[in-house]
Amino acid sequence: MDLVTPSFGLLFWTGITFCLLLLVLAKFVWKPVLSAVNARSQKIDEALLEAEKARQEMKSLHAENERILKEARAERDAILKEAKEAGARMIEEARDKSKIEGQKLIESAKLAINSERNSAIADMKAQIATFSVDIAESLVKESLASDDKQKALASKMVQDIQLN
Amino acid sequence: MSRTTILRFLSIFTFLVGLAFTAGATKEKKFNVSETIMHHIGDAHEWHLWGEGHQGTSIYLPVILYDNGIKVFSSKHLYHGKAISVEDSLKPSEYLVGEGPAQGYALLHEKIYKLNNGKLDVHWAHPKNAMPLDLSITKNVLSLFIGAFILLAVMLSTSLYYKKNGAVAPRGIAKFIEPLIVYVRDEIVKPNIHGAKHTRYIGFITTIFFFILVNNLLGMIPIFPGGANLTGNISVTLFLALCTLLVTVFSGNKNYWKHIFATPGVPWALLPIMIPIELVGIFTKPFALMIRLFANMTAGHIIVLSLISIIFINKSAAWGLLSVPMALFISVLEILVAFLQAYLFASLSALFIGAAVEEEHH
Repeated sequence: MDLVTPSFGLLFWTGITFCLLLLVLAKFVWKPVLSAVNARSQKIDEALLEAEKARQEMKSLHAENERILKEARAERDAILKEAKEAGARMIEEARDKSKIEGQKLIESAKLAINSERNSAIADMKAQIATFSVDIAESLVKESLASDDKQKALASKMVQDIQLN
Repeated sequence: MSRTTILRFLSIFTFLVGLAFTAGATKEKKFNVSETIMHHIGDAHEWHLWGEGHQGTSIYLPVILYDNGIKVFSSKHLYHGKAISVEDSLKPSEYLVGEGPAQGYALLHEKIYKLNNGKLDVHWAHPKNAMPLDLSITKNVLSLFIGAFILLAVMLSTSLYYKKNGAVAPRGIAKFIEPLIVYVRDEIVKPNIHGAKHTRYIGFITTIFFFILVNNLLGMIPIFPGGANLTGNISVTLFLALCTLLVTVFSGNKNYWKHIFATPGVPWALLPIMIPIELVGIFTKPFALMIRLFANMTAGHIIVLSLISIIFINKSAAWGLLSVPMALFISVLEILVAFLQAYLFASLSALFIGAAVEEEHH
């Protein structure tokens, strides 16, 4: 029976001790510890969220980089193409120009050749005339030794002149 | 725990138990099992360490009496007093007459009585003498203080860790205590007390949990400063249950009282039966809490002591080969029970409070 009979003394001390423990622990332990735990879990949540955001940003940054790279590549291609075209055009132009230039040169050469030839022919003609005169003179000197021959020659010359 | 640790623990345990009982066993007095066990699980004004009678070693605790003023003296003056055999009793027993400052008081079965003409009038094993109001620091009270001190030391150092380091990952003692605190909040308080109201009861439930746990575990240590059957004492469990009762009743809302005085869905003709049942129900719930903790812890102590007593009943140390492993097994089981009972008391308290503060929902 003693076992199940509460004793006032122990009840009294338990009451005092428990109430003091409750006050001290609630104020100085449970509250600060749990608020620290809450603060920490909030911090972790925030950190996770931030990490996720950073990851997304990284991803978008990466995509942006990719885009810029692609654009740059396209631009480079365009520039190269343009340069190639310009080169080809310049070559074409140069070729045309040189052709015209060449033609002009040929033309002028032809002209020069013609004029040279003409002058040469003229020269030749003059020389031939001189030579002819010389030959004729010698011939004449020889053939005109007789009168007949002089006459014949004169008539022939006359005939030739008429024909010319 | 590794095997060597278990073996080492076993040998220390055996040694200590042997030490505690050798003095008793060598004496040619008949070994009374139930008396020994009842003495161990009961309260006392001394903390018996080893040895028998006046040759033994005890810590004599202060006796505080309120009897026309406060009287404080060492219990030594009672224990070392003259022993007088009781006649006219169901079973033979003897009381000790106080000497010196304890003059005029006697100790019978760890209770202090006022002497009447220098003796106790015992009828049917119960003295008729008046009892002074006994506020002594008994074995259980000292154990209570030690438990409270351990609890405060552990908890305040945990709290200090967060104060110093802020909201960071726990280390050291905080690493061990924090999960327990968070467990109580998340697994005991939150599921039972719904809504934001649960924050108001975290302090109470957590304190109950750790108070019971620490004192349960302290009770499992076979020697000083443990071994007192504090949580197996009805006064302690009575107080704890009373706290739960008061918190439940004073936080009961309109819905709670409506369920008691006008249970919804019950025909009004049945109310004269229902109201008394519900009113009794208010008290039976904490009453069950009180009995459950008391009975579980006391039973655990009794089983361990009974198993150890096998050695002394048979007066042969060889029986230790049987009784010590069995006592060890029960002791380990009691560690589980220490956690389980703390959890149950806290959990059921939370459940009762939760039912009292629950809002109407349909």
